[in-house]
Amino acid sequence: MSDTLAPAHPVESRQQVPGGIGEPVLRPDGGAKVDGSYEFSSDRSIDGELWSMTLRSPHPRARIILVDTAPALAVPGVAAVVTAADVPGVNGFGLISGDQPVFATEEVRFVGEPVAAVAASDAETCARAIEAIVVIYEVLEPLVDPERAVDGSFEAIHPDGNVIRHQRIRRGDVDFVGEVTVEGTYEIGMQDQAFLGLEAAVAVPDSDGAGLELLVATQWLHEDRRQIAACLGLEEERVRLTLGGVGGAFGGREDISLQVHVSLLALVTGRPVRSAYSRAESFIGHVHRHPARIWMRHHADRDGTLRKVEARFVLDGGAYASTSSAVLINAVTHAQGPYRCENADVEGWAVRSNHLPCGAMRGFGVVQACFAHERQMDLLAEACGLDAVDIRLRNAMETGDRLITGQPIDNVAPVARCITETMALPMPEEDSDGHVLSAPGGAGLTSDDGVVRGVGMAVSIKNLMYSEGFDDFATVRCVVRDGRASLKFATAEVGQGFITIALQIARTELGIADVAFESIDTAVGSAGSTSASRQTWMSGGAVVEACRGVAAQILDMAAAEHDVDRALLAIEGEWIMSDGIPLITVADALDGREFEHTAEFHHAPTAELDEDGQGDCHTAFAFTAHRAVVDVDPELGLLRVVQIATAQDVGVALNPLSVIGQIEGGVAQGLGLAVMEEIIQTDGVIRNASFTDYLIPTIADMPPVLISLIEERDPIAPLGAKGVGEPPCISVTPAIVSAIDDALRRAGVHRSALTRVPVRPQDIALAGEGSTTTVGP
Amino acid sequence: MREIGTECTLTVNGVAHEVSGLHPGESLLDALRERCGLRGSKGACQEGECGSCTVLVDGVAVCSCLTMAASVEGCSITTVEGVGAGDLSDLQDAFLRAGAVQCGFCTPGLIVAATALLERQPDPSANEVCEGLAGNLCRCTGYGRIVKAVLDTAETRRSSTS
Repeated sequence: MSDTLAPAHPVESRQQVPGGIGEPVLRPDGGAKVDGSYEFSSDRSIDGELWSMTLRSPHPRARIILVDTAPALAVPGVAAVVTAADVPGVNGFGLISGDQPVFATEEVRFVGEPVAAVAASDAETCARAIEAIVVIYEVLEPLVDPERAVDGSFEAIHPDGNVIRHQRIRRGDVDFVGEVTVEGTYEIGMQDQAFLGLEAAVAVPDSDGAGLELLVATQWLHEDRRQIAACLGLEEERVRLTLGGVGGAFGGREDISLQVHVSLLALVTGRPVRSAYSRAESFIGHVHRHPARIWMRHHADRDGTLRKVEARFVLDGGAYASTSSAVLINAVTHAQGPYRCENADVEGWAVRSNHLPCGAMRGFGVVQACFAHERQMDLLAEACGLDAVDIRLRNAMETGDRLITGQPIDNVAPVARCITETMALPMPEEDSDGHVLSAPGGAGLTSDDGVVRGVGMAVSIKNLMYSEGFDDFATVRCVVRDGRASLKFATAEVGQGFITIALQIARTELGIADVAFESIDTAVGSAGSTSASRQTWMSGGAVVEACRGVAAQILDMAAAEHDVDRALLAIEGEWIMSDGIPLITVADALDGREFEHTAEFHHAPTAELDEDGQGDCHTAFAFTAHRAVVDVDPELGLLRVVQIATAQDVGVALNPLSVIGQIEGGVAQGLGLAVMEEIIQTDGVIRNASFTDYLIPTIADMPPVLISLIEERDPIAPLGAKGVGEPPCISVTPAIVSAIDDALRRAGVHRSALTRVPVRPQDIALAGEGSTTTVGP
Repeated sequence: MREIGTECTLTVNGVAHEVSGLHPGESLLDALRERCGLRGSKGACQEGECGSCTVLVDGVAVCSCLTMAASVEGCSITTVEGVGAGDLSDLQDAFLRAGAVQCGFCTPGLIVAATALLERQPDPSANEVCEGLAGNLCRCTGYGRIVKAVLDTAETRRSSTS
């Protein structure tokens, strides 16, 4: 079976190797995924294995008085019970600061914090053992208001203090007062990544007990290894990781969850140990999107020209730091949105609380900033008598414009095109099709009477790759043997389709159609994390360089053997060309010989921010616009998103089918944040740790998504392609909320703008407090 | 002597599996995965919300996580492993070609649910596809390619029979 759809262009065999870049090549793992044979990390079972399970804190904050594991050890079938006392290395992990214990010692800081773990013959026995462990807590007052961490009025709940990071950005005239000012305070609820494939891993100890192999679904094998080895007190080389099949990630697998627990139990018992979270455990066992409270005041001229942005961000990081400090920097440095603005006074805090820990989720701080700045742009449009499109076009960034950090956008910034091409996509039919699923709220909840349609739009800027001086790199080895090419990398394939792109790049670069990839594991250098929209650029860049290293060897050999000028040789399609004339096919030139090259790809260095938040801290940027059409029943507060239209700046679409998949999937997650998804915590206790109570969009909630790909080659990206993972999930949220506001206006409902996501029925149906719009100084 | 509820014969994809040592109330999903060695069916919620564990019991799509294994003895059970009969079914192929698969965790349940849907409604509208698959969550794709895959399959079947 061919693994390609129809080629994108009529192919002359010399011009393009089938399955190369630009084609909608199908996933190499797709056949196994549709027939059920693909092995996810939860599907791996090993003879002689034990199951494991974790005992977690029921309190958001409490002192541990006593942990007695003896009753659990007495349960027949239990092989081991471990607590903090059994952690042989450092009892602390974390992507940035290592402040989170493997098991709590003196104090628990969130509901769900691990206290102990057991290994037993089967899951049922594990559950009985967990119940048998005795823990006596002295309950303490939890810190649940992030403002009390900012103002210092609550005692430190962690030795590192309650403020994880504070950053100010000052640029231009911070005292500038515009002819028009608008301000509002915005809230974003805590969103869960809700990947379908729950956390799962299998650890197998080495026979000498001095190391182990771990099969795990993760986003960054080498970083997991670094943290696991430190906690276990082992050399990193003794901890070998292999990527288990990953059932989605979206940021939620960037941090350690069960990795250290299952590895420790394997070392302690000397047997393979398997672990798999339930959905309820997953909700408390990984980090989430930061809830945020954001105040913004925009200053503009009467004609709508944006002159100054003021903002104050408070991100609730929960009990442990994870990546909160980096999320904060993304949020504050994106406060202006994709608009020119020469003056800024922005301040932000990421703080600790006794809520669930927060860290990476698709959009990483920019989702929060975008919701606030796009709601502000709607207010500004109204105050200046412009429509939503005009105010954005008037201020749209262009290539070379600067962020409020002073950093120029020196890749490509087609913001105006994103806006105009989004708005040029066709609108839906004016009337609903009358199907029950098309009514607000779904089947049978509302009648057609009083349903009003609204339209909204929003635009985003998103940084790509890591920031603030981090030396980010990816490693790929390319081997050509027996006429076939093979790629080795540690890049986590989480469903996004990097493996497809990697094979496409290799085919085009080498002129070899038969390309495969090897086991994804730590037997090769790090690829960095599958996050920050970075793998097509970073690991893709490493594939390009590894393949070009091999190609250079092949051409050196061909030049010598055919006595031609090496400088004139190039691979085009399946041929080696000499000054544009076919010399020999790549296949014939190889003649059974072997070539190998390993490349480490780095992007250009970035800088740290100074105390005024100035510095070129980001690597590159991508832009997206969304238009939303929404039907609203204002009386019942129910709604249905009718259509989403979007134009996205992708650089070059290396695989159009993959790009569309990322866009449609990202839109669904942004829609979820807009109208349904929120983890609810009351006094620090999660209320909805299940798919019954935490809703994500179903197929019946999703409208058609119209897509326009804006392909302006990025001059600094390998192959010109920008990352496409995060941009689609950002401005869709404020676009939907703007459309709801528009519908309410058309319905004659007089109320202030919606300022909070997710929008709940009561936010629509009941009068709420919201932003104020003031004109003049 | 068989102990009621702890031993049973499950007929899965036409093959009889003698299973024993079932826990009281053990789900069909656990029995399929841990006792029959059929790990194509997935669990992502344990409460019938996500549809990843969908199998056919006498042709009807059910959540195997909510079905007691012992209660379906004597029934004909079809899992994702039995949908294609050796090769990929036209629906499975359409999922692959339409780009309806990303991480793939929801895919087995969707394949089974969509197989049942097309049995019931060989010529569904887009709305009917959404109604029929509303019990299957997917977090990666946004569903657009899934709707297309099902409609493409119906269309191909129509044109091959007309």
